[in-house]
Amino acid sequence: MKGSHLGEFEELVLLTVAALLNDAYSVAICDELERYTGRTAKLGVVHAVLNRLEEKGLLKSKLGEATRVRGGKRKRYYVLTVPGKTALVRSREARETLWRRIPEFSLKLSKG
Amino acid sequence: MENPNPIQPPRWAQRFLRWYCRPELAEDLEGDLHEYFERNLARRGPKTARLIYILDVIKFMRSYTIRKPKLAMFNFTILHNHYKTSARTIYRNKLFSGINVVGLAISMSVGLLLIAFLAELKSYDQFHHDYDRIYRVINMHQRLEEDPSPYASTSILAARKIREQATGIEAQAVLRAYWDKDVKVGDKTMPLEGILADEGFFTVFTWNVLAGNPATALKDLNSLVLTAKSAEKLFGTTDVVGKQVVVDTANFTVTAVIETPPLQSHLRFDMVGSFVTLDNRQLARKDRNWMKWDQMWQNYIYLKLQPGTGAAALEPVFARISEEGNQSLENERITIHLQPLREVVLGPDMSNQIGPNFDERLTWILGGLSVIVILSACFNYTNLSIARALRRTREVGVRKAIGATRSQVMSQFLLESVLISLVALLLSLGLFIFLRPGFISLDRIFNDLVTLKPSGSTYLYFTLLAIFVGLVAGILPALFFSKLNSANILKDPSRVKLFGHLGFRKALIVFQYTLSLGLIVAVSIGYRQYSYSLAFNLGFRTENIYNVELQQNKSEVVMQALAKVPGVVDVSRSMYVPCTGMSWTGNIRYKNPVDSATLYYNYVDSSYLRIHHIELLAGTTFKPGPKTSVRDAGVIINQKALHFMGLQDPHDAVGEEIRIDGEAVTVIGVVRDFHHNTLQNPINNFAFRYYTPDLPARWGGVVNLKVNTDNPQLLVNDLESAWKQIDTVHPFKGMFYEEKIQKAYDQLAGMMKIIGFLALLAISIASLGLLGMVVFTTETRLKEISIRKVMGASEINLVVLMSRGFMMLLGVACVLAIPVTYWLFDRVFFSGITYRAPVGLMDLFGGTLVVFGLALLAVGSQTLRVARVNPATTLRNE
Repeated sequence: MKGSHLGEFEELVLLTVAALLNDAYSVAICDELERYTGRTAKLGVVHAVLNRLEEKGLLKSKLGEATRVRGGKRKRYYVLTVPGKTALVRSREARETLWRRIPEFSLKLSKG
Repeated sequence: MENPNPIQPPRWAQRFLRWYCRPELAEDLEGDLHEYFERNLARRGPKTARLIYILDVIKFMRSYTIRKPKLAMFNFTILHNHYKTSARTIYRNKLFSGINVVGLAISMSVGLLLIAFLAELKSYDQFHHDYDRIYRVINMHQRLEEDPSPYASTSILAARKIREQATGIEAQAVLRAYWDKDVKVGDKTMPLEGILADEGFFTVFTWNVLAGNPATALKDLNSLVLTAKSAEKLFGTTDVVGKQVVVDTANFTVTAVIETPPLQSHLRFDMVGSFVTLDNRQLARKDRNWMKWDQMWQNYIYLKLQPGTGAAALEPVFARISEEGNQSLENERITIHLQPLREVVLGPDMSNQIGPNFDERLTWILGGLSVIVILSACFNYTNLSIARALRRTREVGVRKAIGATRSQVMSQFLLESVLISLVALLLSLGLFIFLRPGFISLDRIFNDLVTLKPSGSTYLYFTLLAIFVGLVAGILPALFFSKLNSANILKDPSRVKLFGHLGFRKALIVFQYTLSLGLIVAVSIGYRQYSYSLAFNLGFRTENIYNVELQQNKSEVVMQALAKVPGVVDVSRSMYVPCTGMSWTGNIRYKNPVDSATLYYNYVDSSYLRIHHIELLAGTTFKPGPKTSVRDAGVIINQKALHFMGLQDPHDAVGEEIRIDGEAVTVIGVVRDFHHNTLQNPINNFAFRYYTPDLPARWGGVVNLKVNTDNPQLLVNDLESAWKQIDTVHPFKGMFYEEKIQKAYDQLAGMMKIIGFLALLAISIASLGLLGMVVFTTETRLKEISIRKVMGASEINLVVLMSRGFMMLLGVACVLAIPVTYWLFDRVFFSGITYRAPVGLMDLFGGTLVVFGLALLAVGSQTLRVARVNPATTLRNE
C-alpha cells in the first residue's frame, strides 16, 4: 500500500491545509501554495491530490455556507484528521533525524 | 457585490460538468471553476475566461470525477420479458399491428429508395486513389451585371497559368469533352465516344491499365487509349498496343488499353486521345482563340493536391490568375475556383457538365418529402397507440406496482415500436425491390445514373432507418405510458386522462390529410402545366413533321435519300429543332455600337419556313440554289428583333444591315414571333441564318421531313431502311416533332410522377390511419350507439353522428392544403416559367374529391357496421 508514505506534493498540500486552519478550501490552498513555494499550483492537480488524501483518510471535508460569489456554490473545507496529523509529524521527524546526521561542513555553500 | 456580474461561464459547459461529474463532487468543483472564471474575467476579459472555463471543464474529466454508468438498461431478464409482451401484443392486435406495419413499410420504402439512391451517388468516383485530394477547376462566368453562373468547364489558358503559378499541386489533368469520332480498323467503322486528355489523366485518376505504359500513353501526337470494351469491339481482343486505327481521317496509334470504367465514374468514354494532338493542330493553325481566357466551354481541369494542401490555400493564387485573365475581357468576368471530386456528381447545378450529374437541391426536396411521408406513418403509430392506451394502462400499472422504473416502461414501449418497425422493414425491402425498376425508368437520367443495388453498408443504413423510425414512432406513447401513476390506474382505470390528447390526435389527422391533399393538388397543377405545354400554340406547325439527325452526314445526301421515301412530301434542314430545350445564341447590334443584346438563332434552308408554316410579314425567305455563304444569304429576323432595332413596320427592316457577333449581315425578311424555346422562357430576339453545306458537320444538323401518311410506323421503318443505305455506321435517329417536344418536358413529367407516387403513398397512409381511428372510436362507443339505437335513433342518424367529427377534420385539412399549395406553385415552383397554364377549379378540387371519397368509404363502412349491430347483443353482456 502506498497509503503510509506521503508524496512530496501531498505533504505540501497537507501542510497548507494545516496552516490555513478553518479557511482551507481548494482555491485558497492553490493560492497559498503558489505564494509560499513559488511554483504554479494548478487547480486540477490540487483537486486530485485533495481527493486522494481524503480517500487515504488523512483529510476530511465538509461543505461550507453558500455565498453569493462562486455562482452561489458552496465551498468544501478541508481539515486534517488524526492520521493526517500523525503522518505530517512522522515525516517531519524522519527528516529531522536525517538532518541531524549531516556534518555541518558538507552543506556549506561556499566554493571549494 | 450588489449587481451580480452578468457575464457567466458558458451554460453548456456547466451542464456538461454537472452531467459527468459525481454529484458529491460537482457542487464545490463548479464553485471553484466559477471563482477562477471570475478572476480570469477581471484579468483577461470574457473571451479568454470562457475559453479557460471550457478547457477546465474538459480537463476535469478524470477517473475520480466521472460518475459510474448505471447498467439497469441491460437487464436481460427484463429485456426478454419486454420482448415477449411486445411480441404478444403485436400478435394479438392483428388489425392495428397490420395497419402500423403496412403504413410504416410503405413510407419506409421511399426512404430506402432515397438512401440507396444517395448512397450510390456518393460512391461515384471513389475508386480513384486519393479521392479526397482530387479537385476540379470550375469557372464562374458573369456577363455585365447578370448573376454569375457556374460552369464545370475551364479555359486551357487557366490550365497553363495554374501550372506556372500555383504550388501545392501534385498532378494536373487537362481534358476536352465530346471527342466523339468514327474509328476505322481495316474496313470496320465504329462510332466511339471519346475525350481528349493529357498525361495527367493517369496521374490524377486511377485507371486499371491492362496494357501499355501509362506514363507515356498520352504523351505523343496521335496516341489513343482504348477501354477494354471498345478494344474488344474494334479488334476482338485487348492485346492491341501498337496497332494503328483511323480516327475520322487521321492515323492514331493505340498506346494503352485500360479496364472499362465502372458505372460509378463520372468520366465516361470509349477512348481517350492525346490532348497534344489537338493542342498542336490549333497552335499550328495560329488559332487566336485557342489560348483565350474566355474560351472556357469545352475543357476540363482536374487537380490532385499535395497531401496537407487544402483547397483554400489555392484560392489567393486562383484569384490572382482570374484577375490577370479578366484584364483581356470587356463585358465579362470569369473567375476560377476548386470543386472537390465528391461534389461533381451529387453537387450544385452547373452548365457544361461532363458526365452525369444530379442537382443536390433536388435531393433536399425529395428528402424532405420522404421525411414527411415517413413522419406521417409514424403519426399513425403514435395516434393508434395512444388511442388504445386504455387497454394497456392496467399492464403498465401492474408493472409499476411491482417495481418497474419509468425508464423501464419507456424502454418496453420503445422496444415494441422498434420491433414493429423492423418487421415493417422486411416488408418494405420487398416493396423496394418491386419499386426499383419503376423508379429507375421514371426518368432517363436515373437510368444512366444508378442501378440501386444496395451494398452492405446501405443495408446497415436501412436498418438504422428502421430503428430510428421505430424510436420516433414510439417516443410519444412511451412517454405517455411511463408517466402514468400506478395507484390511480389500479384504483380506477377509467379515470386515466386519455382524452386530454384528443386535440393532439386531431392535429395529427389534419396534418396527414393536409399533406395528402397538398400533394394531390400539386400533381394536378403540374399535370395541367405539362399538358398545357404540349398543347401550346407555338406560332408554327409541328404536326406531321419528322426530324432526322444528320450525325455528321452531308445534308444533301440525307435529304435526297429520305425525300424519295413514299409519304414524305417536303423536306428542309435546320441546325437544331426549336422548342425542345436547345438554343444557339450570339449577340446582335444595330446602328448604335454600344447597344447589343442576346440573339437566338438557327441555321435553316429555304423551305424551312414553308414546312413549319412560319408567317413572313415582310421580305422573302432564303433563295434556294447554289452555294452562298452564310453572310451573303442575309438573315431573317422576328418581330422582337425588329423592335430591338427600334422599328415598328417590318418592311422598314428589310435591306437594313445588322451585326451578328460583329459580322455585318443584311436583313432579308421579317417573320411573326413564334416560340423558339421551351415555355420556361419568353420569346426573344431571334434570327434565321442560311444553312449552307459548308457549315462544319460536327455542329450537328437536322433534316425536317413533312410527311403525309396513315401508317406512321411503316413510314419510320421505310426511313430507317433508306438511312441504312447511306450510313452503315450510325444508327438511325429520328423522331416526330411532337414526341421531341414531349421529351423536352420529361423532367417536369418525371417530377410529377415522383410527387404523384408520394401522394399515393401519403393518401394510403392517411387512409390507413383514419381507418384505425374510426375502428377504435366506434368500438369504444359501441355501448353508447346501442343505447341510442334502443332509444330510437336511425342508422343514418348514427352514421352521421359518428362520422361528423372526422369529416370536419378533413374539411380543415382541405382549407389548409389547397390555398397553400396553390400559393407555393404560383409564387415559388413555377415562378420561373413564363407561360403558365391557368389553374381551374377542377384541378384544385378534383383530387380532393377522390380523397374525400376514400375517407367517406373508410368512415362510412365502419360506422355503418356498428350502427347495424343489434343493440341486444352488446347490451346483454353488461
